[in-house]
Amino acid sequence: MKALVIAEHDNKTLNPATRSLVTAALQLADTVDVLVMGADCNPVAQSAAKTNGVAKVLLADNPACKHQLAEALTPAVLQVATGYSAILAASSTTGKNLLPRVAALLDVAQLSEVVRIEDKDTFTRPIYAGNALARVRSADPVKVITIRASSFEEAAVDGNAVIEPIAVSAVQQMSRFVSENLNNSARPQLEAAKTVVSGGRGLGSAENFALVENLADRLGAAIGASRAAVDAGYVGNELQVGQTGKIVAPDLYIAVGISGAIQHLAGMKESRIIVAINKDPEAPIFQVADYGLVGDLFEILPELEKLLA
Amino acid sequence: MKILVPIKRTLDAYIKVRVHIDNSGVDLSNAKMAMNPFCEIALEEAVRLKEKGVASEVIAVSIGGDKVGDQLRTALALGADRSIHIKADDDLESLNIAKLLKSVVEREAPGLVILGKQAIDSDNNQVGQMLAALCGYPQATFASRVEMKDNLVEVTREVDSGEQVLELTLPAIITADLRLNEPRYAKLPDIMKAKKKPVDTLTPDELGVTLRSHLTIESVSEPAPRKPGIRVHSASELVEKLRNEAKVLP
Ligand SMILES: Cc1cc2nc3c(=O)[nH]c(=O)nc-3n(C[C@H](O)[C@H](O)[C@H](O)COP(=O)(O)OP(=O)(O)OC[C@H]3O[C@@H](n4cnc5c(N)ncnc54)[C@H](O)[C@@H]3O)c2cc1C
Repeated sequence: MKALVIAEHDNKTLNPATRSLVTAALQLADTVDVLVMGADCNPVAQSAAKTNGVAKVLLADNPACKHQLAEALTPAVLQVATGYSAILAASSTTGKNLLPRVAALLDVAQLSEVVRIEDKDTFTRPIYAGNALARVRSADPVKVITIRASSFEEAAVDGNAVIEPIAVSAVQQMSRFVSENLNNSARPQLEAAKTVVSGGRGLGSAENFALVENLADRLGAAIGASRAAVDAGYVGNELQVGQTGKIVAPDLYIAVGISGAIQHLAGMKESRIIVAINKDPEAPIFQVADYGLVGDLFEILPELEKLLA
Repeated sequence: MKILVPIKRTLDAYIKVRVHIDNSGVDLSNAKMAMNPFCEIALEEAVRLKEKGVASEVIAVSIGGDKVGDQLRTALALGADRSIHIKADDDLESLNIAKLLKSVVEREAPGLVILGKQAIDSDNNQVGQMLAALCGYPQATFASRVEMKDNLVEVTREVDSGEQVLELTLPAIITADLRLNEPRYAKLPDIMKAKKKPVDTLTPDELGVTLRSHLTIESVSEPAPRKPGIRVHSASELVEKLRNEAKVLP
């Protein structure tokens, strides 16, 4: 059995989620190859080749793949798909955009956000914002799966796989990249951070959100937010944690001025330690918190900052 | 230009999910059902494009048992001009849904299909992309802004690293994210008027689609509960616990 992992990257660096995908793929197959699709992305292939357990890295380096649009990548994936019994991508916006398109053209189902592989046909995935877990058996000859990276350990980095350049025809005229507006924060990346400090509507304004940023910087943490905080414009959409935002599972998650709606909990309740700071003792966030502190965040955050100085 | 808006009936977003004790599924008996929130946003966007004069007709389509008629009537009250009910089981797999929708796309030839990016029950996030694949159309998923430009549509997408702007040729598939718009509420006169709007019914047979099962749900369980936590009474007590008990601070 062979599995194909689609590398998650930005043309410069390999996203560590890819190493978790390799771990997942090794539970399904004894040979795991990685497909890197992008433009000028040789460093990504180099880094993928160092992942333990990878047999071969297929490198589709083509200007038409630069922005990783689904219309361009799908034919490339289909071109190499023959012979693989599983195709895996991260449940990132890139993976979620691409894999259903691939699955439909292979005439197979797609399994989203898999958190556990039971056997080569059976998978567990959250439904209803993580309020239930479904164990699903697939009858398809090829499994097309997005994986929740935080549910799988990263494979070690002591491998030495061969890199095989492949020619793909990725040119298409249906969709065109116009521009992007990226978050260039120097802080750790939200999905990969060991510590996350998230702020909600309780912060009250974009200016006050600096309190969350200051605490995050003291802890070397990434910043997250509730939907209400994003909707109100305190921070950008890429920081939303929850059912429809990012799913995080850091060692320490500190929720500040967040009530704990089920859609928010869906994105953080697998964190190892959860701290909630909220002035409302009845706030549902306290039901998942390991340490709850009832009080005014405008007093508590400056104090914490001082204690951690 | 016609806009097609597929709609799913789901458990209301604010209702607590209960799993059957025999692990056969989620208990939906007597539960409050609603239009999937992302479908509401998709529909709102279509109606706004019609109000701007860009679209000529908004068609809502839903697949499922008799009860999806409730959500189609809501869609008509919210501004859809007519609706199509495809009679089938309530829990079809995404690929079957996409095949049925493709057949509707072939009949109606819409310039845009706007869908919700995911349904809040299955959380799959697949149908729009699959439909785009089967039709051979471009796709813009997770849309937070949609702007028509002659025979192109420009879409801002919410992606993991921030925002991305794409331009698509028509016909195209768009899936709506939360910040695309804030859906309106249906007003009483519109609810009355909706009763007179047409609802067509079709079957998978009439659409020439053979449904095929790929997946079996073996069981549905509740996630393991978290260990109950404790209350701390000051910032310094919190730091002390995080350092010495949880050992997550140096
Ligand atoms: C389809 C759908 C998808 C959704 N997806 C997401 C998602 O991905 N992520 C997400 O987060 N939400 C999501 N939501 C929204 C979710 O339901 C909640 O509305 C949202 O999480 C609320 O954000 P909040 O906790 O910041 O705001 P609120 O619920 O308003 O809570 C603010 C909290 O701050 C506290 N507070 C106020 N002032 C202070 C103070 N001075 N000191 C201490 N505490 C204070 C209050 O007690 C309150 O508990 C979704 C909703 C829907 C319908």
